[in-house]
Amino acid sequence: MTVSSRKKNYEIPEEHVFLSGHNACPGCGQALAIRYVLNTMGPNTISTVPPSCAAIISGPQPLSSMMLPVYQTTLESSAASAAGIRRALNRMGKTDVNVLSIAGDGGTYDIGFQALSGAAERNEDLVYVCLDNEGYMNTGAQKSGASPHLVQTATTPGGKPTQKKNIAEIMAAHGIPYVATASTGFPDDLARKVAKARDMRGTGMRFIVALTPCLPGWGVKEDQGIAIARLATDTGLWPLYEVEYGTKYTINRGPQGIPVREYYKLQKRYSHLTEEQVEELQAEMEYSWQLLKARSECIPERGLAAGPAQSG
Amino acid sequence: MMPTTTDEQRILLKGNHAVSYGVMRARPQVIPIYPITPQTPIVEKITDLVLDGSFDTDIMTAESEHSAMSAAITASLTGVRVFTASASQGVFLMHEMFHYASGARVPIVMAIVNRTLGSPWGFWPDQTDSLAQRDTGWMHIYTESGQESLDTVIQAYKVAEQVSLPAFVCHEAFYVSHALEPVIVPSQAAVDEFLPPFDPSHRLDPVRKESWGNVINQEMFYRHRKDMSADMDRVPDLFTAVDAEYKEKFGRGYGILERYGADDPEILLVGFGSMVGTMREAVDVMLAEGLKVGLLKVRLFRPFPIAELREAVAGVPKLAVMERNYSPGLGGVLHQELKAALYGMKDQPLMHGYLSGVGGMNVSVERIEELTRKALAEDPVPESVWV
Repeated sequence: MTVSSRKKNYEIPEEHVFLSGHNACPGCGQALAIRYVLNTMGPNTISTVPPSCAAIISGPQPLSSMMLPVYQTTLESSAASAAGIRRALNRMGKTDVNVLSIAGDGGTYDIGFQALSGAAERNEDLVYVCLDNEGYMNTGAQKSGASPHLVQTATTPGGKPTQKKNIAEIMAAHGIPYVATASTGFPDDLARKVAKARDMRGTGMRFIVALTPCLPGWGVKEDQGIAIARLATDTGLWPLYEVEYGTKYTINRGPQGIPVREYYKLQKRYSHLTEEQVEELQAEMEYSWQLLKARSECIPERGLAAGPAQSG
Repeated sequence: MMPTTTDEQRILLKGNHAVSYGVMRARPQVIPIYPITPQTPIVEKITDLVLDGSFDTDIMTAESEHSAMSAAITASLTGVRVFTASASQGVFLMHEMFHYASGARVPIVMAIVNRTLGSPWGFWPDQTDSLAQRDTGWMHIYTESGQESLDTVIQAYKVAEQVSLPAFVCHEAFYVSHALEPVIVPSQAAVDEFLPPFDPSHRLDPVRKESWGNVINQEMFYRHRKDMSADMDRVPDLFTAVDAEYKEKFGRGYGILERYGADDPEILLVGFGSMVGTMREAVDVMLAEGLKVGLLKVRLFRPFPIAELREAVAGVPKLAVMERNYSPGLGGVLHQELKAALYGMKDQPLMHGYLSGVGGMNVSVERIEELTRKALAEDPVPESVWV
């Protein structure tokens, strides 16, 4: 298949905050994302990580692949734990330290959602990055709220009957200063968004959801992670965009005219799809894309924002 | 009166508001909270004290008790003193994080206002909510009055921060939480002298780069729990010393246990929490009637002060434990734990266990006297008895 070429729009800093020798699978998209996220956030950062692939990648005590303080919390607590750090730092006058959360999709879309929504409502001054591999991959590829429609997982062997939650829109609806989608297929775009979120410190909650293909979980060859991630965007299934204060939309990259079947046919988790189902999913993608475009065009630039950082 | 206490104030306060004033004097910097009856007046009063400028702290209005405790842990790990409070179901939503807190060795002090657990729904005094947290690695202190709760909050920080373990300060719904009484609020200067600023040896800090919580092997886990155990073991002596120092400075001390009444009683009534106040009065009545009776108040419940308990009951022929909690399939928690603590003791006392106050049932002076006479007349059974 072809992947359309494009110019880099951001130079990625290499701070060596994330080190080699970590515990990720060969070719892991998430390790790549963590590298861009941590190196961009820089060493003056404290991070929370819940049980997830990221927790494994960070390494067992007393080893660590992350050259910053990491607090490993419970699966449902990432955002609340990060909020506690931020508030303590502010009381100590350390407002220059970045607070980061790196959670998986299960810890974000599902069990961690209440804490995340609460943190967004209080507009906690932190960066929350969800590394979305569309299922509970660390425990053997079970279905999560991030698993797409009709996908095969260990707990939906016949295909998932319902839609993937639209977490970016849900978070944007909180009116927080910054929401972005990103992907390991576009590392410069991912790093630019992390830098933007980092530099918005003081405004409140910044949320980035990055698609990070799981090679064993998705049934993808070891050298295909980047290509798959790029196809997710270029088929229109994972558009890259930003939303500021709930209303100001910027679309960075949408569908490039490649049919969704080109994305599905490279992954074992979609090998059961019938031709009719592929058509259904193509139609769903087109509808979602039209909806996103309409939102980006119709909604006024600045609406009802979340309010000052950490109010409450 | 000592000079440092000259500007202490005597105020008419509800038990919960007494806790709020104790918290203000201890100066926690972050207070993550979530409302639940009958705890809510504690945090409402704190927010009032913040609004009127008396208390400078950061209130985080969490969306759940689980998140409140999650934030409390990391705020403490980052290096500030932390307080929170809850009751009943809220305590249970925090349960998972209690283990995370003690595991991370954070000296959070938390007030629990003991309330019945659903289902069915109820709002009555019952200690099963906090007692069900007894394996979480937190210290438990049970108080009988608002004044004691205020003083205990301040004492608890001083102990917790020396052993790096969190502490519950528990008092019961309504009987203590909403009862008005004159309470002495010590001066800020005196509390500052008593309680030094929180300065933990480990913290989350980008310069130090210390991390916490990732996967460990069996041997490290074993060592971690053994270290916790060693610090728990220090608590009875340390708490006794801190309480004595507090008494020296503020004129009020409670001990980790308290013996009251006859020096050589035929029977000791044993209890904790609000019922102790009524037991004390019942003991006075029975002493006046010529009965040789005494009281053992258990203030420190975790760590369970086994050596001190054995010493406190030595030579007493009979005990009667009266409870406001119930562990289905076991009975009264204090009754059964006390039996285990005294097992194998020379001339071990016989022990009655009465489930007299479960669900907030009123246990009056008359009722206590009736149960005491019953206990004196009957041979005990191993089980806790519904009376």
